[in-house]
Amino acid sequence: MRDKLYNFVGNNPFWVILVCITFAMVAGMGAQKLEFKNDYRVFFSEENPQLTAFESMQKVYAKSDNVSFVVVPKGGNVFTAEHLAALKVLTKESWQVPYSTRVDSVTNFQYTYAEEDDMIVEDLVMSTKNLTSDKLDKIKQIAISEPLLVNKIISKTGHVSVVNVTVQLPGIDPMAETPQVATSVRAIQAQFLAEHPDVEVYLSGMIMMNTSFGEASISDGSTLIPLMFLVVIVTIGLLLRTITGTISTVLIIIMSIVTTMGLAGWLGFYLTGPSSSAPTMIMTLAVADCIHILTSMFYEMRQGADKRTAIVRSIKINLQPIFLTSITTAIGFLSMNFSDSPPFRDLGNLVAIGVMLAFVFSITIFPALLTVLPVRVKKQSEHKKDIMAKLADFVIAKRKALLPLTSVLIIASVMFIPNNELNDDFVKYFDETVPYRAATDYMQENLSGMMVVEISVKTGQSSGINNPKYLNSVSDFSDWLRARPETDHVNTITDTLKRLNKNMHGDDPSWYKLPDSQEMSAQYLLLYEMSLPYGLDLNNQLDVDKSSSRIVATFKNMTSNELINVEEDMIEWFAEHAPQYEVDFASPSLMFAHIGQRNIISMLIGTTLALILISILLGVALKSWRFGLISLLPNLAPAAIAFGLWGLLSAQVGLGLSVVIGMTLGIVVDDTVHFLSKYLHARRDKNASAKEAVHYAFDNVGRALWITTFVLVAGFTVLAQSSFKMNADMGFLTALTIFIALVVDFLFLPPLLILLDKSKNKASESSAVAVDAPIKKAIEAV
Amino acid sequence: MFTKKILISAISALSLIFVSNVSFALSVEEQKGLDISMEAKKRDLGWQDSTADMLMLLRNKQGQESLREIKMKSLEVHDDGDKSLTIFNKPLDVKGTAFLSFSHPIESDEQWLLLPALKRVKRISSRNKSGPFMGSEFAFEDLSSFEVEKYSYKYLGVEEVNGLTNFKVEQYPVDENSGYTRRIVWLDTLEYRINKIDFYDRKDSLLKTLTFSSYKQYLAKHWRADSQEMINHQNGKSTELKWSNYDFKTGLTDSDFNRNSLKRAR
Repeated sequence: MRDKLYNFVGNNPFWVILVCITFAMVAGMGAQKLEFKNDYRVFFSEENPQLTAFESMQKVYAKSDNVSFVVVPKGGNVFTAEHLAALKVLTKESWQVPYSTRVDSVTNFQYTYAEEDDMIVEDLVMSTKNLTSDKLDKIKQIAISEPLLVNKIISKTGHVSVVNVTVQLPGIDPMAETPQVATSVRAIQAQFLAEHPDVEVYLSGMIMMNTSFGEASISDGSTLIPLMFLVVIVTIGLLLRTITGTISTVLIIIMSIVTTMGLAGWLGFYLTGPSSSAPTMIMTLAVADCIHILTSMFYEMRQGADKRTAIVRSIKINLQPIFLTSITTAIGFLSMNFSDSPPFRDLGNLVAIGVMLAFVFSITIFPALLTVLPVRVKKQSEHKKDIMAKLADFVIAKRKALLPLTSVLIIASVMFIPNNELNDDFVKYFDETVPYRAATDYMQENLSGMMVVEISVKTGQSSGINNPKYLNSVSDFSDWLRARPETDHVNTITDTLKRLNKNMHGDDPSWYKLPDSQEMSAQYLLLYEMSLPYGLDLNNQLDVDKSSSRIVATFKNMTSNELINVEEDMIEWFAEHAPQYEVDFASPSLMFAHIGQRNIISMLIGTTLALILISILLGVALKSWRFGLISLLPNLAPAAIAFGLWGLLSAQVGLGLSVVIGMTLGIVVDDTVHFLSKYLHARRDKNASAKEAVHYAFDNVGRALWITTFVLVAGFTVLAQSSFKMNADMGFLTALTIFIALVVDFLFLPPLLILLDKSKNKASESSAVAVDAPIKKAIEAV
Repeated sequence: MFTKKILISAISALSLIFVSNVSFALSVEEQKGLDISMEAKKRDLGWQDSTADMLMLLRNKQGQESLREIKMKSLEVHDDGDKSLTIFNKPLDVKGTAFLSFSHPIESDEQWLLLPALKRVKRISSRNKSGPFMGSEFAFEDLSSFEVEKYSYKYLGVEEVNGLTNFKVEQYPVDENSGYTRRIVWLDTLEYRINKIDFYDRKDSLLKTLTFSSYKQYLAKHWRADSQEMINHQNGKSTELKWSNYDFKTGLTDSDFNRNSLKRAR
């Protein structure tokens, strides 16, 4: 069957090329259907409890997707007539943003005050024409002492303000709606900057974050993928010194990527931040197959075989190991299906498809191309092989020191694993070069963080929110929350009611307290609601029945665990002080805070399953359960060490990193497979001693292993340059894991094998020495 | 009181015609739009005063419902916008709250509110009438009386709505504090009753649609719809108004519509 395959390819290379390219082109047409989803919600599956809670809260109140213009006057003072006039213009312009339903700024804040028996409701800044310094000062005092505004819309010192635009995307064409808003907002920003050169404007908010997901991926696509091609071309060109081989490999890579992405399009996948790194990963993994085939083929040709025979032999030698490594890699990536976050499932599936396609292409069109194209072999430089032989000698000689040393290093790194802390801070998904990140960081430093939790406190009774008991609970809770050091801002209806009560009593500050009867609160709210303009109503704080109200808390930047702790404290507060109310907590921040934990747990199950499956496969392939078990050590150690080192370096583990173990498992297994199969081959078929078998393994696959590792590390290091931090960290940790895997396979595994063999085969050792000489010859012949 | 209601004096109507014809030349469509609106108003003149009960049913996207009950009294005023007294019955915690409004075609309306809990009448000074009325999808400006001067007009053509031939007229609010850039109004060609209104927000996207149904004629002249449904296309919420117990020429006078009358309001 195998022979038939090689012969068919060898005899009909043009047909094979034609069929493969046609297949790739037809499949590749599906890529047109691929669209990028600009929405942080894609990170959550439909059954995610935090997403469901958030969506039902958005239906009861109003949606809270937003864009924030962070406006910084260079003079450092918001309260000048010119700047307030500028803010008024920007506020008005913001109403033109598509799908906008609400605009909040310092200037249009609905300021209420009393004049005898009159209640006056008007914009805080009405006209900027005759603003004296007294008036400006008064406006400033009102703004920076208003709990609704301070830290959210205006900084405490009045040096920065925000124009916040709430948008309600209809969701009919989500891929188009977000960019539409972003484009409009940027046009407003550009025009505003042109008219007001003494002002800086940053853009933040959920819409800008969603936009950045798409833009970061597009910029990755235009920089990382070409960079990756360069790495591949340079690596193969320099290390294997072959033009044909390089061209063919690049073609295989392109075909694997195009076909995978095309199939993804046909199958109805959509692209997201994580899954858009699939091409880079497929590229990296596809190279390995080609390198193995090329190395063996050149070896044969240097040994004097003609090109066709060399290709046939190379395929024959490599078919099983390449198939095995492709399958294990695919299994590793398929373990990502256990992830709680759909984009990672997609990534796993795409790469698994890509790896299997790369396997198919590298045993069909790849040999066909090599058959058709001219291949010249240069005189082999023995240099590299010497290094491998020297390394083998070194490892064997120093094994008694190496084994304890490497073991200690492994254990030492593993001890740092607990340093890692779960943290999904979606702002930090982007690096500092992304404008959204810079804007949000600036906002965090000067106003408030992006950590928001929405708290819906329900009475279950119509008009229940007007009950003084309820209002007191909500007010107490808000005070308690404000006293916490991590709290930046709390938006609560009780502040409005206190202000109205004061207004109704001639602005007497001693009346700044909650009304003491249900009727009074209800009537104040009725009055207030009738005086508000379009878009500045209370519907984002109260439900239609006035049976529940929503408190919006904004916190300083913190880790997922800290936010979950705050959430638990809040739950406890209500259990203790107001158990009669049903309380819901929801927000994108909470969704991200919880997903890390959920994902780690589900990924551990997935990875364990993959590990069992891969170990069984190895046991079968190596025809030894013993070695299947032994392989567990070098397969698991790299990820463990890498996470230990990560615990020292960064210690922040998010969604992106929780999939790394499963992902790298399938890749690092490859090294072990190659090394162990060669070792066993020497032990079994050539009757070599453990030491000789180790030497044999080094000589045979050492070079191929370090070249493939080099390519893989280079590839994932390229990915680590992504401006999308989630992908960058994932790339970096994967590169680290793969590099460690090679070190483990070279320095830890061989001494371990020799040691284990010694203890097992003490009795047969003498016989092994007897056949020592002929085997050495046999090895040299290979 | 509400859109359909017409009450401008013959003098102001005449002066408007005079002004529009002499001072600035209106295009054919603009003139026709204005003519239709004035005809609609003219047909409803002379109702003097009216009382009615209103039931307001609010629905959100989640399917939650909420009920409000209101009594409305209105007085036809010549030379100016009409006067209205709104008495809230439900929810119970606002029962007895009464709202007096003198609407004006161009300047801000004058508004007073009696808060029984405070036992005080408060004058509300606000230019805003675009916010939601009692948390509903109706803005106060959607409920206040129709005055010709509040808009400029453009006739868009004839269209079929609910089996009736309708004039389609575009209206542009004069008040810059309006929440709308324009409204499109459909009035049937027979009786000049409003059947449908589309509201466009400040960025000129469709915001709401109001449909009128179950028209009844009172005093053999004045048409009133028993049901009005407002659907907000942007947030998915809706509000239904159910009118009942319409009564006209009940003998209400100016003295029933002043600060002091608020305290007696029931």
